[in-house]
Amino acid sequence: MTAVAIPDRTLPRFGGFSLGMIELELRRMLRNRRTVVFTFVLPAVFFLLFGTSGDYRTERLGAGNVTGYVLVSMAVYGAMLATTSGGAMVSVERAAGWSRQLRLTPLSPVAYIAVKLVIAMIIGAVSVAVAFVVGAFSGAELPAYAWVACGLLAWVCALVFAAFGLFMGYLLPSENVMQILGPVLAVLSFAGGLFAPVDQFGHTFATIAKFTPAYGVGEIARYPLTHTGNLWLSTLNVVVWATVFSAGAMWRFRRDTARG
Amino acid sequence: MVALLGPNGAGKTTTVDMLLGLLRPDAGRVEVYGRPPHEAVALGLVSAVMQSGGLLKDYTVGETVRLIAVLFGKSRAAVDEALERAGLTEIAGRPVGRCSGGQQQRLRFAMALLPDPELLILDEPTTGMDVAGRHDFWTAIRDDARRGRTVVFATHYLEEADAYADRVVFVRRGRVVADGTAAEVKALASGRTVRATLPGAEAATLERIDGVDRAEVRGDTIFLHGNDTDPIARYLLTRTEARDLEIASRNLEDAFLTLTADEEKK
Repeated sequence: MTAVAIPDRTLPRFGGFSLGMIELELRRMLRNRRTVVFTFVLPAVFFLLFGTSGDYRTERLGAGNVTGYVLVSMAVYGAMLATTSGGAMVSVERAAGWSRQLRLTPLSPVAYIAVKLVIAMIIGAVSVAVAFVVGAFSGAELPAYAWVACGLLAWVCALVFAAFGLFMGYLLPSENVMQILGPVLAVLSFAGGLFAPVDQFGHTFATIAKFTPAYGVGEIARYPLTHTGNLWLSTLNVVVWATVFSAGAMWRFRRDTARG
Repeated sequence: MVALLGPNGAGKTTTVDMLLGLLRPDAGRVEVYGRPPHEAVALGLVSAVMQSGGLLKDYTVGETVRLIAVLFGKSRAAVDEALERAGLTEIAGRPVGRCSGGQQQRLRFAMALLPDPELLILDEPTTGMDVAGRHDFWTAIRDDARRGRTVVFATHYLEEADAYADRVVFVRRGRVVADGTAAEVKALASGRTVRATLPGAEAATLERIDGVDRAEVRGDTIFLHGNDTDPIARYLLTRTEARDLEIASRNLEDAFLTLTADEEKK
């Protein structure tokens, strides 16, 4: 055997986490028309359908109007959809064998997840922004600080659903995972009071609703407008679900990478 | 170029997966260039063209290569060069989902070239390709190997091992059964075969001819195997009605069958 002189090689920084990858991934995600329609257009359309009747525009609620209230709920729904589909990208990528291909690169599994989370949060922010722009031109009234605070809270709390998307992405190896998760999110949003306030449900349903994952996010995001509801319970709801989904995602993620 | 040749289930893909750190051996240790496989892979010392999968349909050819380049910290120039060498420059803007099997395989090859590996592993790279695609693919690989890269390919196509490999390693049920140049491996299963047309022949009768080790009858065609085939040919032409006579030295396929024969009996 002759010794082969091998030039020194180095590993990339941050386990391969890079802006270049985020840019390419984002471009790919936005090329998918279904993703764009469901995450950016659908919540705004729902808002226009359910939140802009004449009564809602004139009826005051907290420091704004009911249209503003519906808008924030729909922005939360949009952020949920966006972050879930961002996280759920892993499912398609595993099905296509892309995750395996990436294991033949210096990209560390942690950096891969970090990229997915960043993508999920970017499209979540776009979804919230689109809904808010539509809302601003369609009669939603919120105090200036509430526009900012509600938007930020809807966006940040949607991190829970980025974790949910990742968990489901690892759990369901299906190519069309969003076709399953879309209806699931609609049910969760309804149960969590995003489509209609939970106090309009019967007593039992209203109690159950408060334990569902979309409830806490919605209550917190609307708080700067309404200043009602129990912020501590809502925060507890968000923290518990965030822990559950993150733990689930970590569990599946470890199993997925342990085979190597 | 080294061929890892063996029937399905011989352990070729398992070997490749272990070299790439995709599988952990049940016992023992795998080292590539003195490092654990995942480290050698991350450093780009070794890269691979996998059999199938591993591509996203909604990326374009160019974007796929760029993404891998970004991960390995390579420049745009490296992207263009890899596309060029794999013959993909013209279809760089095409979505991967609309590429043929051969084009996708050349894309995998371009991705494997990016880290400029010392060792390139190909796992059954031409499965599902048509003849032209197969030819283009091997031409690209050969050109690359001439520049001094070590190429190991797993295959069950004997012609490929025969045509492209400088060294052939036969594996069967996880063990190496032969290792050498294609010519050496062929010689392991020595002898020649006389093929002729002889209606109504019986194998048992043919095996009594001097020099015949083994006889086969397939319809009107007979195959007589032996080390010294001249007396067999003489006998057939002078003492029987045999015609269309052909004598061939065994090819790699025969060697393959001989070396893997006892597996089939079980």
